[in-house]
Amino acid sequence: MPHRTDLTGCRPPTWPWVWATLAVLLAPLVFDSSLSATLLSQFGIAVIACLSYNLLLGQGGMLSFGHAVYTGLGAYLAIHTLGAMNRGVLLLPVSCIPLVGGLAGLASAGVLGYLATRKSGTVFAMITLGLAELVAAVALMFPAVFGGEAGVSANRVTGAPVLGIDFASGRQMAYLVAAYTLVSVGALYAFTATPLGRMLNAVRDNPQRAAFIGYDPQRVRHIAFAISGFFAGVAGGLAALAFEFVGPEALGAARSGTYLVFTVLGGTTFFFGPVVGAALMVLSQALLSELTRAWLLYLGLAFLFTVLLVPGGLAGLLVQSRRVLQGPWPLLLPVLPGMLLGGLLAGAGAAAVVEMVYHRQLEVALGPQLVFLGLQLDVTQPASWAGAGAALLVGLALIASARPAALRRWAQVQQTLAQAGTDGERR
Amino acid sequence: MALALVSLLNGLSYGLLLFLLSPGLTLIFSMMGVLNFAHAGFYMLGAYFGFAIAGPLGFWPALVLSPVLVGLLGALFERWALRRVHPMGHVPELLATFGLSILLLELVQLVWGRAPLDFSMPPGLQGAAFTLVHGAGTGLQWVAGNPPASLCAGPASCSPFPMNRLFMGLVALLALMALWLMLARTRIGLVIRAAQSQPHMVRALGHDLPRIHMLVFGVGTGLAALAGVVGGSTFVTEPSMAAGVGTIIFVVVVVGGVGSLGGAFLASLLIGLLQTFAIGFDMPLRDLLPSTGNVLGRLTLSQLAPVLPYLLLVVMLVVRPQGLFGRPAP
Repeated sequence: MPHRTDLTGCRPPTWPWVWATLAVLLAPLVFDSSLSATLLSQFGIAVIACLSYNLLLGQGGMLSFGHAVYTGLGAYLAIHTLGAMNRGVLLLPVSCIPLVGGLAGLASAGVLGYLATRKSGTVFAMITLGLAELVAAVALMFPAVFGGEAGVSANRVTGAPVLGIDFASGRQMAYLVAAYTLVSVGALYAFTATPLGRMLNAVRDNPQRAAFIGYDPQRVRHIAFAISGFFAGVAGGLAALAFEFVGPEALGAARSGTYLVFTVLGGTTFFFGPVVGAALMVLSQALLSELTRAWLLYLGLAFLFTVLLVPGGLAGLLVQSRRVLQGPWPLLLPVLPGMLLGGLLAGAGAAAVVEMVYHRQLEVALGPQLVFLGLQLDVTQPASWAGAGAALLVGLALIASARPAALRRWAQVQQTLAQAGTDGERR
Repeated sequence: MALALVSLLNGLSYGLLLFLLSPGLTLIFSMMGVLNFAHAGFYMLGAYFGFAIAGPLGFWPALVLSPVLVGLLGALFERWALRRVHPMGHVPELLATFGLSILLLELVQLVWGRAPLDFSMPPGLQGAAFTLVHGAGTGLQWVAGNPPASLCAGPASCSPFPMNRLFMGLVALLALMALWLMLARTRIGLVIRAAQSQPHMVRALGHDLPRIHMLVFGVGTGLAALAGVVGGSTFVTEPSMAAGVGTIIFVVVVVGGVGSLGGAFLASLLIGLLQTFAIGFDMPLRDLLPSTGNVLGRLTLSQLAPVLPYLLLVVMLVVRPQGLFGRPAP
């Protein structure tokens, strides 16, 4: 695992935080339709969930396959608390419901995390998977508590309004999510600078040495797991409030996989990587899934591509390209057109093939025609297949011919950057 | 009594199927440190390839060709993907196999659709292998094949044991014997076992370690595909078959002790029996443990069946974290 670059002991810049706060405060005013309020809420919730996940994966080196257990249990306790308030059994400000979810996440992660964190690495991953299956299966056995397949719902407009806020509108909900997101992001960022946060990095990189200087790696992992569970529960509680419904899929393996995939896509080596991942998650679930039925295939390909070739994820790519753009980007100029054109052609050709196969498999009833990138394709015409195949092959050939030069140039760029880095240190 | 015997045999054959899946996982894990998350995906792929080959060529060629093809694919994946992330540590390797499991599921749905396929064994392997007849005055009787209807009439009860289950158990046993012979009696098996415990020394002696890894990965995925052909034609061939067996085999590997084939054998039989008996003997928990309360007591054993393997996993982790035959952590 590469070392973190944004926590090298120097003071982090404050401007990004100011901009982020302003953006979070203004966004619900600028995008004021109910759809955008929902999307903003989803984004905030995803940010908290993915950041809490990255506390395990990026900072603790713990690959968990059961993060949805903690968001889900948080959501269930939150929705039941809300239900009790609806019935008048309980008096509590609605804005505190996510904290209830957080407590559920903390408690469950404290108990289950004790079992999971006894091991690290691959066995840890297997245990979290087993525990997640256990919790999901047990939840279906108690329909009285978890609502079975139908789920549990409640109404978030309940009790007397506090300061005139009753959370009836999507915008008020979006602001509540925004407030929780800001505080959680700040707290999780601050955690990375605490002794415990640094110890967690040490346990990730070399548990034996961490043990030699007197810290129990197992205990460090366990505490981090519980903290991550707390924030996951907060995200779950917010989700329960925002949708006023919690179903069994909230605990499921698919949800855990989603957190994992998007956190990795965003990038685990940078603190803000999961924020990028959360944006991708909301966008792809809301937009990409509308655009194409093959989106899970594209997602899987993008994920595998990221793991194999871009270990820093999208955030790593952004940081890298910023450094290149500030310095030696002209070096890449001669190879850029070939690589870009090849990549675009190959991507478009492959996507056209995939779309046609999906169309043939799932949408035959709609007729043989489909529109792809403004082009009319026909799955019964060999010309369409040949065209897509040709684009793919030509694109691949372009990439293959430009690749050796590109690799050479890229090595030069890296060298220049490394040189600049050592010069900067000397100064 | 007859029901208990048939349940026992059902459990054994299911356990053997699980065990056919575990050497791939546990050999790869103990040698390369990689948990192959896509292992169940290769199991599913084996069933679908088997279906595709059985159509034109028949079941028997499919039983051989599908594992070979899937094993080749597995070896290619090791060569082109896993080897690339190997220097970065175990988490990226695990992520790569996780990504592959998503892709395999999507590709299978893309090519064969989401509905279950009509994939079954040839007629010679269907029907009852033998039947246990519990007559009124005759006690327990063993009849080969399907018994005449007259025998099962009246107060007598018949419990058939299906032929395909018997075949499943036999295939698993034969494949595992072959694997054991290869590991214990051949030169390449010797090198593999040495590579498990002393990779650096094996390398120093001039063996190509990455190629051994590729071979082991290919054989492991091939065995998973063999299990897929047999399991898919005995149960159902559908996209969810990967998820259905995936987590169970992880439980098998952890409970048996990571890296231990003997432990995996015991654990898979244990889990196979646990699940089959819980379904075969359906009764409320109250009848077993009179002290359980109203909420828990109303649950039946068959409701508990899907939870039992994971409960076993948790209990094992608390009592004996290294698993049945695993070496304790230093």
